[in-house]
Amino acid sequence: MEIFPVLLKGINVTLIVLVLSAILAYLIAFIAGFGRLSNVWIIRKFTGFYIEIFRGTSLIVQLFWFFYAIPMLFNVNLGNELMAGVLAISLNYGAYMSEIVRGSIIAVDKGQTEAAIALNMTRFQRMRYVILPQAVRMMLPEFGNYLIQILKATSLVSLIGMTDILYHGNILRSTNLAMAPTIYLLILVFYFILALPLIFLTRKMESISKKGVAQS
Amino acid sequence: MNWKWDMFFDAFPFVLQGLGITVALTIACYIFAVVFGFVWTFLKRIPIKSVHWLVSWVMEFIRSTPPLVQLFFIYYALPMVPVIEISLNAFLSAVLGLGLHYSTYIAEVYRSGIESIPKGQWEASTALNFTRRQKWTKIILPQAIPPTIPMLGNYFIIMFKEVPLASTIGVTGILHMANTYGSHHFRYLEALTIVAIIFLVLSYPAAILVRKLEEKMNRRFDKNELLEENKGAVS
Amino acid sequence: MSVTKEVSKIKQTPQSDKIKQKPIVMYEDVHKSFGDVEVLKGINLQIKPGEKLALIGPSGSGKTTIIRMLMTLEEPTEGNIIVGDNNLWKVKKDGEFKRANEKHLRKVRGEIGMVFQHFNLFPHMTILQNCMTGPVQVKKESKASARERSIQMLEKVGLGDKLDNYPNQLSGGQKQRVAMARALVMRPRIMLFDEVTSALDPELVGEVLEVIRDIAQDGEMAMVLVTHEMDFAQEIADRIVFLEDGVIAEEGTPTEVLEQSTNERLQSFLHRFRSSNGN
Repeated sequence: MEIFPVLLKGINVTLIVLVLSAILAYLIAFIAGFGRLSNVWIIRKFTGFYIEIFRGTSLIVQLFWFFYAIPMLFNVNLGNELMAGVLAISLNYGAYMSEIVRGSIIAVDKGQTEAAIALNMTRFQRMRYVILPQAVRMMLPEFGNYLIQILKATSLVSLIGMTDILYHGNILRSTNLAMAPTIYLLILVFYFILALPLIFLTRKMESISKKGVAQS
Repeated sequence: MNWKWDMFFDAFPFVLQGLGITVALTIACYIFAVVFGFVWTFLKRIPIKSVHWLVSWVMEFIRSTPPLVQLFFIYYALPMVPVIEISLNAFLSAVLGLGLHYSTYIAEVYRSGIESIPKGQWEASTALNFTRRQKWTKIILPQAIPPTIPMLGNYFIIMFKEVPLASTIGVTGILHMANTYGSHHFRYLEALTIVAIIFLVLSYPAAILVRKLEEKMNRRFDKNELLEENKGAVS
Repeated sequence: MSVTKEVSKIKQTPQSDKIKQKPIVMYEDVHKSFGDVEVLKGINLQIKPGEKLALIGPSGSGKTTIIRMLMTLEEPTEGNIIVGDNNLWKVKKDGEFKRANEKHLRKVRGEIGMVFQHFNLFPHMTILQNCMTGPVQVKKESKASARERSIQMLEKVGLGDKLDNYPNQLSGGQKQRVAMARALVMRPRIMLFDEVTSALDPELVGEVLEVIRDIAQDGEMAMVLVTHEMDFAQEIADRIVFLEDGVIAEEGTPTEVLEQSTNERLQSFLHRFRSSNGN
């Protein structure tokens, strides 16, 4: 009955994939979100294309594609499964979250931009001091939700051989089928414990967000 | 570049064999989720504090743990649970697993629809002396459901894209076929690309359809407000 | 009072001399369409330094659009708007007029300030920050000086005790007074007021008009008011312009327009207006 310590071995990998994917996904979300709002036609089209591709296909397909297909297509090695896993997850969720970035920016009342123009702010100043602070507040709850989604998605990296919680659980199950209920229940509880702080964080963000979008 | 067209055309019919299963599984999971979503919504409205608390946390648990693990639990562990010992085949396991996971999301959609109905509607139907049942069927649901249709459509597309998870327990959808083809020929590139293309070709038009629907709905429900706004810009 | 003196270091002009001065704003045959709808059909209008101009007319007559174009919030479809020595929306390049870029717009609109119907305060900033952000970010003024001037301005509009409040903690009238302070600290030569009392509860209108009256008495800043407050327009305006259907149907001194004019459309507008207001 050594399930617990065995599963614990995988927690590093789960956390590393979570943190790296989340940071990269947020970064991509902002870049792609701004890209969609760009004045330059080609940038708009290109980011739109990227977003549709990644939202239009499954994460698991993307993961396999990054892991099995890309090295074959370009004769390059992506390095390792960590790279493939983090790239797939962050590009996928970055695409989804970019829509939140874009949506929040255009959701800021038009009067705010007009007031900033009346103060003669530059385009950059308008974005930096007026629009973005309000837009980010609107983004927060959804960003929190997506953090939980990313946590759940990290379980997929076990499928490309990364030794996360689920991977260790699967190995254990293959040696002792009768323990399967305990193993998977424990894994679920593990994920839930990891998700709990994120759930509370999201709720906190929701309340911040509600405060921030008060009418001018 | 190391792309082989002959491989592509060879793999295409093979991978396509799985499409029927993928679509069938999507529909089955979706129906399960849509129906079970109502169950959650109903359970959550039971006005007993402890029940409400319990239901909320069970839903939270299902929603915030990976569907992949839930799938494994149902497929590998359920038969081993003493007393219960339910053994489901891979397809049914996937229906139960993915259906249950997404039912918690669908329940939120229903809830948002119901909560968007102004209190005045309840009061008006009380004033007209409607029964509880009549309030729901004649007043609340007819208003609450239509605006959620685009969101429900979105979840169908999401479900479609989640279904390949079932290949991990051996459901022979398109992803599974591609992996089988890949392992036979030691080449995954073309087969996996075909899977991606199939997903794009099917989900992109569906997404556009949902977006159209959404715009139509928005127009229908905010029409007057929009008119007001336009007036303001001109005067 | 002391603050507006600062605002108006531009030369002091006796009211009667205004007419002879070179206008600071000129509209030359300005047209504006939204889609198929032509809202302005050839506007010719001049604003002199320090002049107080009121734009009146039925809703949809295009009065708001006139000042929004001056604030560079709408682009004219045709015609020129000249501010000082610059064409606002066009730049002459290689002998041809080209559409002005953002840089040009920024240079020219620095002279202009605006107060909006719906206040448009920045909800994530305190009242003081709302006032300071312009001088600090745009004019690169030191924080200390911007802070001092902002506080003075907020005291002037009667909100010296609300500096650290957020906009959503204020009444509509207070918000509008903050909005005026925010525009005034930028020391514009022309201030635009876009129906600034229309969104207010009736009992809050007075406090806002009081502040405008105060600003007007300081003199040197030109003011353009789009308003439905006829009595107020009559009281503070040097000139009233009546717009109908996208053209200027009547203009003149308050007495000429509101009392002596025989323009039928103006009469019917004033009649409708007064009866609906119960006067």
